[in-house]
Amino acid sequence: MNLRRRYLRDRIMVAFVYLGTLVVLLPLGFILVHVFLSGVGALNWDFFTKPPAPPGEPGGGMLPAIVGTFVIDLMALAMGGALGLGGGVLMAEYPEHPLNRPLRLVANVLGGVPAILMGLFAFVVVVLPMGGFSAFSGSVALAVLMIPIIMRATEEVLRMLPWELREAGLALGLPRWRVTLSLVLPAAKGGIVTGLLLALARAAGEAAPLLFTAFGNSFLSFDPLGPMDSLPLKIYVYAISPYEDWIRQAWGAALLLVLLLMVTNYLARRAVRR
Amino acid sequence: MLRRFFWLVFLLVPALAAGVTLNGAGATFPYPLYAKYFSAYHKLTGVRVNYQSIGSGGGIRQLYAQTVHFGASDAPLTDEQVEAFERKFGTAVVHVPTALGAVVPIYNLPGLSTPLRFSGPLLADLFLGKVKKWNDPRIAELNPGVKLPPFPVTVVHRSDGSGTTYVWTEYLAKVSQEWRDRVGVGKSVSWPTGLGGKGNEGVAGLVRQTPGAIGYAELVYAVQNKIAYGAVQNRAGKFVLADLATVKAAAAIDDFPADTRVSLTDTPAPDGYPVASFTWILVYRDLDKNRAFKSKAEAKALFDLLWWIVHDGQKLNEALHYAALPEVAVRASEANLRALRYRGEPLE
Amino acid sequence: MKARLYGKLGDALFTALLVALALGVLGVAGLLAWELWVGGAPAFRAFGFWGFTLSSEWNAVSERFGAWPFLIGTVVTSAAALILAFFPSLAAAIVVAEYAPRRLGEVVAYLIDLLAALPSVVYGLWGIFVLVPLVRDHVEQPLFLWSAEHAPALMGLLGPPTGIGMFSAVLVLALMILPYASSLARDAIRLVPREQREAMYALGATRWEVVRRVVLPYARGGIFAGVVLALARAIGETMAVTMLIGNSGQLPYSVFGPAATMASVIANEFTEAEGELHLASLLAVGFLLLLLSLAVNLIADFILRRMSVGEGRK
Repeated sequence: MNLRRRYLRDRIMVAFVYLGTLVVLLPLGFILVHVFLSGVGALNWDFFTKPPAPPGEPGGGMLPAIVGTFVIDLMALAMGGALGLGGGVLMAEYPEHPLNRPLRLVANVLGGVPAILMGLFAFVVVVLPMGGFSAFSGSVALAVLMIPIIMRATEEVLRMLPWELREAGLALGLPRWRVTLSLVLPAAKGGIVTGLLLALARAAGEAAPLLFTAFGNSFLSFDPLGPMDSLPLKIYVYAISPYEDWIRQAWGAALLLVLLLMVTNYLARRAVRR
Repeated sequence: MLRRFFWLVFLLVPALAAGVTLNGAGATFPYPLYAKYFSAYHKLTGVRVNYQSIGSGGGIRQLYAQTVHFGASDAPLTDEQVEAFERKFGTAVVHVPTALGAVVPIYNLPGLSTPLRFSGPLLADLFLGKVKKWNDPRIAELNPGVKLPPFPVTVVHRSDGSGTTYVWTEYLAKVSQEWRDRVGVGKSVSWPTGLGGKGNEGVAGLVRQTPGAIGYAELVYAVQNKIAYGAVQNRAGKFVLADLATVKAAAAIDDFPADTRVSLTDTPAPDGYPVASFTWILVYRDLDKNRAFKSKAEAKALFDLLWWIVHDGQKLNEALHYAALPEVAVRASEANLRALRYRGEPLE
Repeated sequence: MKARLYGKLGDALFTALLVALALGVLGVAGLLAWELWVGGAPAFRAFGFWGFTLSSEWNAVSERFGAWPFLIGTVVTSAAALILAFFPSLAAAIVVAEYAPRRLGEVVAYLIDLLAALPSVVYGLWGIFVLVPLVRDHVEQPLFLWSAEHAPALMGLLGPPTGIGMFSAVLVLALMILPYASSLARDAIRLVPREQREAMYALGATRWEVVRRVVLPYARGGIFAGVVLALARAIGETMAVTMLIGNSGQLPYSVFGPAATMASVIANEFTEAEGELHLASLLAVGFLLLLLSLAVNLIADFILRRMSVGEGRK
């Protein structure tokens, strides 16, 4: 009798849980389909190879923004990843360290700061001293955005690893740093990559931090010390314009951004699985 | 390997050839027009002008921070702002008008075949929330013969700060004492009633979806998106529907100021649309005081650019639904541009 | 000798590196807080700290500013979004990590991570073009009409059914924070040691019982971390909320009616703000946002310390 009730409950919970998942996936499906349908028309050869054209002129593209997205986001990932990983590892592997409490608090608080204020921060700290806008300052703003996500994810994942792993390493005579580098971090690869990808996705979609830092550029540029364009900036500006062609390009850019992140996500997960 | 080298050179050569790049920031309203200007200018001269629409306030701040060569704003600098520049850098700020725009009242009343007529005070009362239904006698008397439905009036305004709001509220403050006292003029104001939409598209979207809604938007936007907008009675008593001709006519005033810092709302011009406004590019008079300028070549490039904009560039305005500058504004700009200096030397 | 050097030196260097990076994080955060404080000081000076925080007046023309409506808006929208998002995100995590066959689980996990990859502005645009009409026509207006007939007292609480307002903003916000909570929960669940599960199965437990009695308690810490991350995202989310919430600083708010959050008012007014006091007030709001995050995280830390069961702890 009891057994039957338990199996019934089990069945019901399975249904609930799958239903909950559906609730998550359905709107996602809607959004993806909408982005795809609205943007696929804009993804032509010109889109990928030409600089932007004024409204009414055909053949405009987003080459500067595409290149800029890569440059800015990769620099941001390097900076944010380094700081975030460092902080996360310190918190998880050296819990006795006095920096831990302030670090955790600070990291979480950073997570709640609106992106536009990150941009202001980078403006004051990088742009003004440099005397001008730069992709680098944009990367700084995005890196600050990424740090809390990476730190949180890294720390939690490392914390979840069984302590025996470290004990085994120490028992073999490995110094602490070796244990962390060669045993712990590889075991937590998956979670760390999740954190990095979440952070990258978040940063790659933000336009507000780039308004006063990377600024945007209608011309192709690879110079990290000068103004540079990025896909979210273009989406932001084009989507609110009155021109159909520009609006379509905005959706195209959104679609491209999503596709890029999908591919990066897939590749990163595959690399980690090995 | 060789091919990669070729690509690199191919991409770098245009960068090296052009040499001069100018950065500008500011108003979103003229952004499409400036995109056209700078693309055409680049093809003409190879000079690259990188303009980003971060908002008029942003543009003025960047000009003050000297991270850009020029700013752009839908409203002229206030006297305090001019003074701030004077105090910090010892130079005046030259206003160069580039085009005229207009703000129109957009509404959603199905079944009407001609544009509605509004008077200034009526618009103020609508946005104050004092006129609650569309079949109110005050609207009916301005629109004889029009079948007005008994829908409630839903006011839609901008939720974000914008030059469009500035122009609209400036007009309302001029035609309504109550508006002046209760709400005032600004890029963001405390609206007594109504829903807020973000950006022109937010307002237009809300108006489109709400029968009985009234809002305001830039003419360019209303025309591009085929939204119904009304005629507004100007100071001379005429009901004027905004279009390129009536907007340009709004600047036909006596004593056009030499520094071009003029407000055209509630214009005395007899055929002018009463809610029109210039949009300006802002530059330092003494360009060398702006750290963003690294050489006289850049200053000269800016001078040439601005000279071109107020002359040949104007030919591009109307195709994009921006009104071209009237003669009087062009003459004033010529004088102002001739006053620009780099280390004391003129740039012409 | 060499081995000792390898160990000691290595440890010292590694620790030094980590400390340097950690100090970098602290430095950045401190600098950010400092910039906001300095920038917002004129507003606090003009109205007093509590005067500014508790005042409900926000008028750029008369230059009177107060952050209270935005504080309320942020708290309400974030809490509501989190409540909405919690169970679906946990369900998805459980499905991926426990129930689904490997391939299906991977696909679902991938799709959920995709939700995180969508740019904020895309959510906003989709919200305006798709969600708002949907919500307005199928939820808000029917409810409003129903309450007009049967419960007129409720109408004030419900507010104008235009689709733009708190309701839509909360829905989109919940969607946006889902992947954060779900991804971390999923990783935490995956890391629960196999022996724990096997022990339960050996005792004859059903799948659900294993989840409920072993996996979830074990992964509590990670799940909670995901929740906190999601909440942090909700508090700071700007673009999508700004486009959907209507930005009205008038209290009291209603369920369907327009509202504003601290992030949305900054986003709406920052680029165009010209008055010095206006700008300072926006930065002061940013500073308050920082304080709110701090408060939320202090509380979360307190709860977390009570909750963690994980083996990794000393």
